[in-house]
Amino acid sequence: MRLAILFASIGMLGAGELPRFRWENFTTAQGLPNNRVYSVSVDGDKIWAGTDNGLALYQNGKWRVFTPEDGLAHRAVLYVTVDKQTHDLWAATMGGLSRYSAGRFDTFTQLNSGLANDVVYGVSALGDFVWVATAAGASRLNKRTGEWSLFNERNTPMYEIWTYSVTATEDKVYYAVWGGGVLEYDVKTERWKDYNDPDGETELVLFKDQGLIHEITTSVSYVHQILWVATYFGASRYDGRNWRNFLDKDSGLPSNFLNQVKTVDGIRTWFSTDKGLAYFDGEEWATYRPALDTHAPEMLVRDAQGQVKRIAVDTAPAHNYIFGVDFQGDDIWVATAQGLSHGIRIRQEISRK
Amino acid sequence: MKRGGILVGLLAALLLGQPAPDGGRYPSPVDLALSPDGARLYVVCEGTDEVAVVDLATSSVIRRVGVGHVPRGIAVSADGKWIYVTNAWADTVTEIDARSLAATRTLSTGFEPSGLTVDARGQVLYVANRISNDVSVIDLRTGSEIKRLAAGRGASYVAASGSRIYVTHIYPNLGKFRTESESEITEIDADRQVVDARPRLHNVAGTFHVALSRDGRLGIAAQLRPKNLIPLAHVAHGWAFGDSLAVFGADVGGVVQLPLDELERYFSLPFGVAIAPDKSKAYLTASGSGEVAILDLKRLVAASRAPERDALVNDLSVSGRYVLARVPVGRNPRSIVLSNDGARLYVANRLDDTISVMDTAANRIVATIGLGGLPIVTPQRRGERLFYSSNFSFQGQFGCANCHLDSTFDGLQWDLEPDGFGVDIVDNRSIEDVANTAPFKWNGGNPDLFTECGPRTERFFFRSQGFRDADLADLITYVASIPLRPNRYRAATGELTPAQERGKAIFERERRKDGSSIPEENRCSFCHSGKYHTNQKLADVGTGKPTDRSPLIDTPHLTNVALSAPYLHDGSAKTLEEIWTVFNPKDTHGVSNDLAKDELNDLIEYLKTL
Repeated sequence: MRLAILFASIGMLGAGELPRFRWENFTTAQGLPNNRVYSVSVDGDKIWAGTDNGLALYQNGKWRVFTPEDGLAHRAVLYVTVDKQTHDLWAATMGGLSRYSAGRFDTFTQLNSGLANDVVYGVSALGDFVWVATAAGASRLNKRTGEWSLFNERNTPMYEIWTYSVTATEDKVYYAVWGGGVLEYDVKTERWKDYNDPDGETELVLFKDQGLIHEITTSVSYVHQILWVATYFGASRYDGRNWRNFLDKDSGLPSNFLNQVKTVDGIRTWFSTDKGLAYFDGEEWATYRPALDTHAPEMLVRDAQGQVKRIAVDTAPAHNYIFGVDFQGDDIWVATAQGLSHGIRIRQEISRK
Repeated sequence: MKRGGILVGLLAALLLGQPAPDGGRYPSPVDLALSPDGARLYVVCEGTDEVAVVDLATSSVIRRVGVGHVPRGIAVSADGKWIYVTNAWADTVTEIDARSLAATRTLSTGFEPSGLTVDARGQVLYVANRISNDVSVIDLRTGSEIKRLAAGRGASYVAASGSRIYVTHIYPNLGKFRTESESEITEIDADRQVVDARPRLHNVAGTFHVALSRDGRLGIAAQLRPKNLIPLAHVAHGWAFGDSLAVFGADVGGVVQLPLDELERYFSLPFGVAIAPDKSKAYLTASGSGEVAILDLKRLVAASRAPERDALVNDLSVSGRYVLARVPVGRNPRSIVLSNDGARLYVANRLDDTISVMDTAANRIVATIGLGGLPIVTPQRRGERLFYSSNFSFQGQFGCANCHLDSTFDGLQWDLEPDGFGVDIVDNRSIEDVANTAPFKWNGGNPDLFTECGPRTERFFFRSQGFRDADLADLITYVASIPLRPNRYRAATGELTPAQERGKAIFERERRKDGSSIPEENRCSFCHSGKYHTNQKLADVGTGKPTDRSPLIDTPHLTNVALSAPYLHDGSAKTLEEIWTVFNPKDTHGVSNDLAKDELNDLIEYLKTL
């Protein structure tokens, strides 16, 4: 960070409402099929992890691994999400889309179904529809009729078709298009709209807070009509009228390279970066990671005035390269490049000063 | 039930002043339910679109309640106040007030709702949808479907025990080409309204009714194990189907498959299941053999727990361990239901339009209740009885309806003829509305239905003397009359969606996207022309296999093609997409390689409307 940093070791103090965690980390030693964990999704007491070498389920203290031999579309599972209605799991893989339902895999590929492309980066299931982000555009499966609808440069404002992430809600569906900004689908009007970087510069931010921070988007999150966007060049927040952008130089983001953004309520938001897991509560920031130099457990807190403190902690996520998170009550699960981490919330009333 | 019995039943109905059904149709009872007090029997009559209400004290029909088209399943709420009936061809459930016997609501479901159950609290309805392969979860307070759960293929029958709901399927799940079929029992946790287990039924194709013991510890499902990977010509040396049951639950531990057939005495096409309240016996109908089997449950459980239990299902001597008796009933017996005390078993004889009443202490039929209907048996009805009977095949092993379940298909590929293992594999096509689509067989070898259903069936399938000429004429009359189910993908107005319109244009196009002309014989609409989308000629579209005797394939009709996966003559294309993405590399089966993926999707959306 370019800002002056005041490191203050303050033991168990600090952080105010900023959450603190005791981290338990899982690797191949504990049963994960691979340490490169691309995605995690929580379904009650079940934890699903998409890894570079299979899908893993953690339940009752044990890991169970699924591979293509079990029917999984491909060993590299890039994203997982639980259908909240049916509790089926959808897995986006490098070889198609798989649904796991009570022991049975159903796999959809570009050859056996209407899926646009087998390289599937993201999936979001809501109601009767499954929205899919692929390397060749967006796909939508109507589960009731089996109809596949494709959305690409021919029927949307999508000028790049490398869709990277999708989030479906009752009123809007958002796609992060890698190199193409953000696409918004209005459920009611069935119309598409795009959001792009207004300055069009790939290296510069000429018009900060006047639009999306960058075209290379990696993730979208939409809650309470607040849209968050993760890019490789910072984060953006859009409330329907105004944009606000966040960079490492003027926020608590540890890096502008973001793999995922996930908001709890539009304000409290988590950022998965290449330099740690970051949290923003609307005013203050926290970063959780092994220190970049010593690899010792580290928690950094940045207050509203830009003062940064280091909180003494005993544990940290498995690695600073974070792919994504999901929540389990007050706990958090974190997919990293060197394992899956369970952040167990520590309840401690502490002052802000 | 003899024909005279029907006449007696009808006469009795007239004398007693019972309400008569639609005079031009047969009731064709398929499902049954008892009122909680045991006083009334509700009978689902798929042929007359009604529920016949039978007063068991007088053994007479006291009311006929009109429901939707082709009703199939029935459930009664635990308090007995409400009756729910699935209308398979209307995609609805009719709710009936059991006191007034008036239809009160019509609830929407998925495609072809079949079996159903009400949860223990009477608040949620679970409906198995045969065509959409899922389960509708309906909130009975609002009448709205709140979610759809993925089931197996052909979800059809449902049983509940406490908060567990079990769904069985008449078609196997789509699997790899030329591998053993597999079905499942879809288990739903009604507390969470999710599917939480799918025990596999290996080597099983169709699964029919399922029943649970009152304590919920023992489940039984009727099932068919096909022998479709070996030539059917070997029927004389083995068997074409294993008529069997799946036994599951805590009493057994896991799922165990056990045979119902006996050596040289088959129990063809098992369908209905009931378990005695005291768990002493189970009852199953054989819809092809016209019998009810009575099973000793203690012995059945013992066989299910035997160390060699996984090896028993192909041993036809095993059924002797637990089958106590086989009692003849009417034609094509379907569902059965036991009285609350287990003393009476009621059997729906679909093709006799009667209910057999069995005294379960004596194991004999003590009464037959007529449901009315046409006073004469038409050639079409006689043909339907032949179609569903297994009496014409070697050792009574199977009938037409074994492969054409409920006059449709079975989702299997068969090695039919005596030309060697794995030669001329053929996918089982739908036979709805086929009368005008000659020739028949995938190689077009049979010019008419007489040849298709007569000598061919006798020689290659049944290994028997076959039908008399008059019987064959009746059978063909029936086959030619099998109606087409409503198409679920085409709007009632006939209007196409934008995607379907685009697909139609592709289907009918004469030029490639680069503007070059597509040869006439290589256009979709050339071979797939006319009302049934077939020019009724043979064509080599490059999909023949080295194991086929000829690359020339009969151009199939495309009516309701969406329902009959897998595709191509041998079923090697698992989905419509694979016809072109996998099996058309040289544009010999229509020109498809210039299409973008979304255009191929449009084409498929159009095909689904045919």
